[in-house]
Amino acid sequence: MRSVFSLYRSSVGKKIVMAISGIFLFLWIVGHMLGNLKVFFGQEAFDHYAHGLKELGDPFLLHGQFLWIIRFVMLAIIVLHMWSALSVYLQSRAARRLGYRKTDDLTFTYASRTMRWGGVILLVYIVYHLLHFTVGSAHPQFVPGAAYANLVIGFRNWWVSGFYIVAMLALGLHLYHGLWSACQTLNFNNPMLRDLRRPVALLITLFIVLGFCSVPISVLAGIVTLP
Amino acid sequence: MNLILQVWRQDGPDTKGRFVRYEANNISDHASFFEMLDIVNEQLVEKGEQQIHFSHDCREGICGTCGMVINGTPHGPDPGITTCQLHMRRFKDGDEIWVEPFRATAMPVIKDLVVDRSALDCIIQAGGYISANTGNAQDANAIPIPKRDSDLAMDAAACIGCGACVAACPNASAMLFTSAKVSHLGLLPQGQPERFERVRGMVETMEDKGFGNCTNHGSCQNACPKEISVDFIARLNGDFLKAGFK
Ligand code: HEM
Ligand code: SF4
Ligand code: FES
Repeated sequence: MRSVFSLYRSSVGKKIVMAISGIFLFLWIVGHMLGNLKVFFGQEAFDHYAHGLKELGDPFLLHGQFLWIIRFVMLAIIVLHMWSALSVYLQSRAARRLGYRKTDDLTFTYASRTMRWGGVILLVYIVYHLLHFTVGSAHPQFVPGAAYANLVIGFRNWWVSGFYIVAMLALGLHLYHGLWSACQTLNFNNPMLRDLRRPVALLITLFIVLGFCSVPISVLAGIVTLP
Repeated sequence: MNLILQVWRQDGPDTKGRFVRYEANNISDHASFFEMLDIVNEQLVEKGEQQIHFSHDCREGICGTCGMVINGTPHGPDPGITTCQLHMRRFKDGDEIWVEPFRATAMPVIKDLVVDRSALDCIIQAGGYISANTGNAQDANAIPIPKRDSDLAMDAAACIGCGACVAACPNASAMLFTSAKVSHLGLLPQGQPERFERVRGMVETMEDKGFGNCTNHGSCQNACPKEISVDFIARLNGDFLKAGFK
């Protein structure tokens, strides 16, 4: 018991929570990105996919129930992720009250220094994104169930698409450091594979950022249109 | 060469510090950084002023006593050396050099550039040892140890406990130091019986002393005079996770 308690109490334990929750968020992001690409197969395919999400779990669960379970699980994971991030941030802030006059940047990557602000940007983005495409209150012409039309009309606005793209770049920075950092935290450090962690994190990040950004860009470029 | 120094002066742990400007003139580029400070200090003594206090002992990079932040980098601009190994040829005539103490809540300033690093000793006391009484030293190689492990243990054991990793870390975390100490014993057969008690004790003490939390920035490895690798931090994390279920 004492040992599990020490795991919970220590920042190393909190980092483990952060890493595991981060990996779940990452897996979810991969699924979400791949799902979004259905938009390139036309209105019918995309709306069918969006509708199909609500039917997941059928016939065991009723319409929409599985999606609600996923939503609650995702919320819990995000809360754990933010709780651990906030508590280690507070601990670190107290660990150096008076800063340096001169600082030379010795960190491995720029991405590592953007994690905290980047996380806050992601949080703001997630809230906006839900209001935009899920709830619809931040959307000018939202029609419940008309996922494809909502998407195309939403992304025709340059400001909206621009914000989505900026948010995806923030996600890219977060993932690039996060994936590597999670390997450190979980001791995925095999000497044979260790040097692959950076390039693989970069490849995955590029894959995800390009995949997400391709949708608003294609709408703006007129490749994805309303029939 | 002639230089301008901006040095952090602080009378004691509870007083406010400030930067004071000094001129260091006619410094040979063969002088070490500390010899340059010695020359400045002699001039200060002649003028009846307080010398700049800084800690040092071996002046050859092995004891871990010295350390200060020079132009934003612990132990100065050259990688893989301690402050005492830094030479003035690294600087140019007319340079302005900012000199600050290592800054961390857990390593408070005693005076000027001297900090109290006893928190690092407390981390060692919490598990950085082997308590089995083994009598006299054995013959070399009596216990076979894979070459890879012994090399890694030696790499970790190179840590001289200077605290530059804490100073460089944006989170003021002591994870590089702690992980080096945990790994150097944890990699060897003699260190196995206490392996998990050790990592738990040392991490708990590290946190109680007020060090920050590692977010894998990597600054520690870049600042470390012994170039200890952050791979040891991953090792510590793995051992700590396992210790949670022992
Ligand atoms: C969009 C989905 C998100 C994904 C896929 C994600 C993924 C990750 C991953 C894999 C890590 C690495 C864990 C480790 O260091 O071991 C991480 C760290 C972190 N995340 Fe997230 N995260 C997401 C959202 C957020 C949000 C919304 C916030 C805050 C409001 C946040 C704040 C942080 C912080 C502060 C860190 C620690 C950074 C550090 O090590 O300094 N993340 N994230
Ligand atoms: S790990 Fe390196 S920087 Fe940190 S205390 Fe040891 S020798 Fe100094
Ligand atoms: S004085 Fe001993 S390491 Fe610098």
